[in-house]
Order: sequence, then C-alpha cells, then structure tokens
Amino acid sequence: MTNPPQLTESGDKLTTLHPSGAWTAANVEALERLCERAPGGRVGAIDLSGVSALDTTGAWLFEKLARRFSTPSAQIAFVGVPDSYSGLMREMQGVNRRKPLARRHGSALLDFMERLGRGLAAETASFLQMLGAVGIALLGVLRHPRSLRLTSTIYQLYRVGWQAIPIMVLITFLIGAIIAQQGFFHFRKFGAESYTVDMVGILVLREIGVLIVAIMVAGRSGSAYTAELGSMKMREEIDALSTMGLDPVAVLILPRVAALVIALPILTFIGSIAGLYGGGVVAQFYGDMAPAIYIERLREAVSLTTFKVGILKAPFMALVIGIVACSEGLRVQGSAESLGKQTTTSVVKSIFLVIVLDGLFAVFFASIGM
Amino acid sequence: MPAETIAIHVRDLVVGFDRHIVLDRLSLDVRAGEIIGLVGASGGGKSVLMRALIGLLPKRGGQIEFPATADGEIGRRGVLFQQGALFSALNARQNIQFPLREAAHVSEALLDEIANAKLEMVGLSADDGDKFPSELSGGMTKRVALARALALDPALLFLDEPTSGLDPIAAGEFDSLIKTLQRTLHFTVFMITHDLNTLAAVCDRVAALAEGRIVALGPLSSVLKSDHPWVKSYFHGARAQMLHLETT
Repeated sequence: MTNPPQLTESGDKLTTLHPSGAWTAANVEALERLCERAPGGRVGAIDLSGVSALDTTGAWLFEKLARRFSTPSAQIAFVGVPDSYSGLMREMQGVNRRKPLARRHGSALLDFMERLGRGLAAETASFLQMLGAVGIALLGVLRHPRSLRLTSTIYQLYRVGWQAIPIMVLITFLIGAIIAQQGFFHFRKFGAESYTVDMVGILVLREIGVLIVAIMVAGRSGSAYTAELGSMKMREEIDALSTMGLDPVAVLILPRVAALVIALPILTFIGSIAGLYGGGVVAQFYGDMAPAIYIERLREAVSLTTFKVGILKAPFMALVIGIVACSEGLRVQGSAESLGKQTTTSVVKSIFLVIVLDGLFAVFFASIGM
Repeated sequence: MPAETIAIHVRDLVVGFDRHIVLDRLSLDVRAGEIIGLVGASGGGKSVLMRALIGLLPKRGGQIEFPATADGEIGRRGVLFQQGALFSALNARQNIQFPLREAAHVSEALLDEIANAKLEMVGLSADDGDKFPSELSGGMTKRVALARALALDPALLFLDEPTSGLDPIAAGEFDSLIKTLQRTLHFTVFMITHDLNTLAAVCDRVAALAEGRIVALGPLSSVLKSDHPWVKSYFHGARAQMLHLETT
C-alpha cells in the first residue's frame, strides 16, 4: 500500500512489462493511467514478480493488458506470478469474456409515448376493475342485506367522517375567511363590497367547500386506505381472506368505499357551513357588515340549487377517492418501498381525478342550466 | 494456515444497553486468513459483537484492535448484512461500483468491467447487473451483497447469517462460494451462522457465545466436545445434524 505502483518495460524485439508495487483498488486511479500509457508494440510477457500486493482490480487490469496485446497467434504469458496470486489470476481469465446484452434502445419519444399509453391503459383498467368489483359486491349486499359488514362500515365512518370533522371545519373556515377578506379588499375599490357576500356564498357552496373537503379527504383518508390495504397485501392477509372463501372486496373494500360515500357529503355540508361562517366573521370584523345584513345578503345571493350543485358532487368524488385508494392499496408489492410509492400515487391520482371530475360537473351543470 | 498473525484482537470487551450488559468482558482472537464461525442463542449478543467489531455500536470498555490492517482504512473491511442491505435506488452493478466510485475517480468503462468481474466471481452473469434489488431472488441478493462487500477487496469480511433464508442447495452453493473466494483472495472471514452445515463445511474454527462471553473456541470437532451446558444443548439438540456431523 505504501509502495507506489509502476510499470516498466525491458527487451528489444519482444518487450516484457514489469509492473511493480501495490496493484490494488486503493491505487486504482494511478493504475488506470499506467495501463493507458502502457507501450504499444510487441509485448511478449508480463512479469508479475515485482508486484507487492494484488487484488481483484489489479488482477483485472493485468488481464485486460494481456488481452489488449494478445493476438490469436501469440498469447501474452504471465511470468513470475507469486503462488498466492495464481488463483486470482486464473479466476480473472474467465471474466468479462462476453459482452452483456445491450438494452434495447428505441427512440426516446416513442418509448415515452409507449409508456404513457400503456400506463394510461393500465390505470384505466385497474380503476374500472375495482369499480366493477365494488359494484358486484354492492349487488351481493343488496340481494342479501344481512351480508353487509355493518360494524366495519360504522367504524370506517367514524374514522373518515367523525374524526375528520375538526380539521375540515378549521380548513374551510379559514378558506371562507380568506375569500371574504380578498373580496372586501378588492371590491372596496369600486364600492361593490356587498357583492363579496355573493361571491363567498356561491363559491363556497358550489365549488370550494366540496373541493377542499374532497382534497383533504383524499390526503387524509385515501392515503390511510392505501397504506392499510397495502400492508395487509404485503403480509398476505388478503390472500388469507380469499383462502377462507371470503371476498376481500366485500369484507375490506366495500365498507371503506361506502363509508367515504356517506361521509363526504356530510363533511361537505359541515365544511360549507364553516366556510360561510368564516366569511361572516370577516364581514363583521374586517368589512364592517353586521351579521344580520350578511345573512340577509346571503339569503338573496344563494338558492337551494347552489347548495345542491355542491353537495351532489360529493358522493361521486368520494367514490373516485375510495376506488383509487383501494386499487392502489391492492397493487402494493412485497416491499415497504412499494407501499410508500403506492400511497403517494394514490393521493396524487385521487386529487387529480377529483379536480377533473369537478371540471366535468361544471360543464354538465352549465349545460343543464343549474 | 499461514503464519499466526492476528486479524482481530478483542480483549475484555463490554457492550451494553442501559442497565443491560450484553457482552461481559469478552475476549477473542481471530487469526488472519481463517474463517471463524460464531454461534450463540438468539438475542445472545452475536449481532451485538459483530456490530461492535465493525464500529456500529459503541463499547463500554475493553479493546478492539485490527493488527493486520492499517488504521482508518474503511475499505479494508467488507460487511454482508443479513438482508443484503443493497441500496434499493441503485441496480446491482451500481451497488457493486458504489464503494469504488466513492473512493476514486475511475473511468466508467473500468468500473463496469470491475463490477462485471465481481458479478462473475460470485457466480452471477454480467446481465444480472442491470437488475434492481427488488427484482433479485434471495440467493441472488446475497451474492450481489457479497460482491459489494468485496468491492474494495477487503482483508476482513464480516458475514451476518450468510445462508439464512436460502434453501439447502443455495446455502450449500453459497458456502462453497465463500470458501472458494476466500482461497482466491485470502481474506479473513468472521461469520455469524446458525447453519450447522456451514459450520462443518466452511469454518476453520467455531466460537460459541453464551452469557456474554466466548465459552468454547476451536475447530468444530473440539467445540462439539465442550462441557459447557449451553454448547452441549445447542449441538446436541439438532440430532439429525449431529449424526451428519459425526460421520463427516
């Protein structure tokens, strides 16, 4: 390790290379340079007697030198190989004889398009598959109502509904307050402050209330579903259920999806009220508008239709979140890494789909005049 | 066996957690160039001893010295963890290259060649280098992890249950791989194992750890004759194995 590696040559017609010093991984930078600068021409032999230390890296470099200078007619001979290294040198003769199979190289754009297409097809298929499985399980429950897992459904309802109320109220309250503050601040410039109430009322009831609540539920409960089902999949609990003749969809997934479909409209209602309340608080303390006037304006601005448009979307969004979360959970493979990946995918995908769905509903409601 | 140089010198090692003493004034000498197998009860401190030797656990007292290797040369020690501990973000070849890539500036071509050489030395093919740890079977994971442990050609190799989770055929192949590599590269092996076949086939000496100390040390045949009650029950509990051991 202390003596630096060197490479000298001797002989006139057929040269012999004389490496010396430590040919080990610790000196690999110097060794690579030495080998690159190795004299060309006719090398007959490599004399290893001067090498003080040798490891796999060094031995491979010798073998590589030998292959470089060898011709089919004249093989390079290793001379003076110390006994302790002869096994290693023999081992090296066999390695790297075959080029590893090159990976298929296509056009990057085509590859990207192919992956995109296949990915989209697979995602759609798995979504529809889960939707179908839940539908079949639901039919089974409708035919035999006693087969509904009531305890499990109630427990899930408690988790995704009741326990979610405080955070939903807090977030929608703040959002309502922020919208009202922005409204008063900007509408004040042209004396249209009273229209702030219209904006808060319509925005919160039609769009923001349900959207914020759905996004929060996707992050809070959707991810929990994926993680739970994923860890059950990892520990083969789901396979164990199947072997007992039980349908995992009916036992695990239907109660979860049903609980979400029931809970999300309720949370949306509570959230919307909290949002309107937040707007009212800002109206009183920032916009100098008495609560009675705020309520009066609100009554004029919003109708039952406004509320219905918002609340009607909630069960569909809940269905999308539940289906995505459960199908991602069942796609978890054996490793903990895959669990984390699917949970992230689940949240991102369900938030994306919730927003797309909201857009589709906007088009739908506009075309039917609601 | 070459001259009696000592690779690991342990004297009065004490390691504990809170009030619980795991290793109680343990002393052990590992000779350079030998394969030593450590046996002990589950939770008896085998892994603690290995982690203390590697430097992953602090010691409360005693000495650990590596007389045969210069100080501070991390690359002179290789560790094969029980689950392989391959970096999941890197493929097999990148895993093997990692220590070398961090240690020196080497051309990518040479790195690939060295990694492929290591892959072939552990009985895999260069094509396996493109696989990620999640795509490898148990036996392949162990082989790639062994190749990574050997990346810098360490003088000292620590193996934590190298054959656990492998079927008897794969375990036997792995045993002979370790033996072959050790003959070729002349490193010292310190291995924890419960596999009596491995002890019989690979290990030059066996150390039995009980009550926080080494209670028996020597070739397997002499450890089998030990009077220590734990050692007796350990080797005599597995009767089928015993028959096999006594006939070989």
